[in-house]
Amino acid sequence: MKNTENKAGKQLYMEGLKDGIPVAMGYFAVSFTLGITMKNIGMSAVQGFIMSLLNNASAGEYAGITMIASNAPYIETALMILIANARYLLMSCSLSQKLDSTVNTLQRMIIGFDVTDELFALAVSRENKLEPVYFYGAMTLPLAGWSTGTMLGVIAGSALPARIVSALSVALYGMFLAIIIPPARNSRIISVLVLVSFACSFLCGILPGVSSLSEGTRTLILTVLLAGGAAVLFPVKEEAV
Amino acid sequence: MRSIWMQIFVMFAVTYLIRVLPLTLIRKPITNVYIRSFLYYVPYATLAVMTFPAMIRATNSLYSGILAFAAGVILTWKKAGLFATSVSCCIVVFIAELIIL
Repeated sequence: MKNTENKAGKQLYMEGLKDGIPVAMGYFAVSFTLGITMKNIGMSAVQGFIMSLLNNASAGEYAGITMIASNAPYIETALMILIANARYLLMSCSLSQKLDSTVNTLQRMIIGFDVTDELFALAVSRENKLEPVYFYGAMTLPLAGWSTGTMLGVIAGSALPARIVSALSVALYGMFLAIIIPPARNSRIISVLVLVSFACSFLCGILPGVSSLSEGTRTLILTVLLAGGAAVLFPVKEEAV
Repeated sequence: MRSIWMQIFVMFAVTYLIRVLPLTLIRKPITNVYIRSFLYYVPYATLAVMTFPAMIRATNSLYSGILAFAAGVILTWKKAGLFATSVSCCIVVFIAELIIL
């Protein structure tokens, strides 16, 4: 009995590990550029490594770096991070519905350590409930890629060929597409939601006023409006998570 | 100059609380149909918003970004997996930029 459980656990962990590979690749590229920014404001490689290991947030860390650079009071840094990362609150609420009630507090605290856009995406694409072991597997390589990428960015600066950085920069988005397009194919409501989201996102990027908001804030506002609108217009009645 | 280490810790504390509180406090299935629906739609809205137009602006050339986006949509429409799609998009950008730039 115990043996089959372990095997299933190991298999799930490996499955998560594999799904985490593209995430780690994308993270490496993104965090590398983040590291370059840190170097520019005088942070050390160790500080970059620890900041990334603890925070796992691109927009959030970028916001934090600008606060550090301007020598902001701690309370301002805290507020800035709250705004830049507020969408994770939404994601965690959504994810809480994806966890079985048997998942204990410690497991939830580990999962909560790495609720990022990408790992959230992997988690919601699980067919049934989210298995904590799968998530541990999925977060392993991204955590390593994100933190070491940042560190190397601080150390090596602009040594990585621009072509490689450019190619790697779409890895994360390709993954997002793989999560939203297949369900959109099967559901007219989701396909419309995705198209409208694309359009609104594009418009908010060019509209005066709105476009000056940070990307994280825009994402948060649009998510609330779009998902809220869809929920009011097309409430889901059946067993959907 | 305020301590960089302290700033890093403040960042961590806020970020972690945002992520872990909903996960640890919401233990029961939410029954309200509107809240449920809202949370059900959140991933699609948020991922779509983050992908476009950010994806086509992420690369060194707008054209390679557009090609990668198109390739990604076509591949995933044909039900290609996460990894395959991701790697394909990277390769499309690399090859496109070898030709364009």
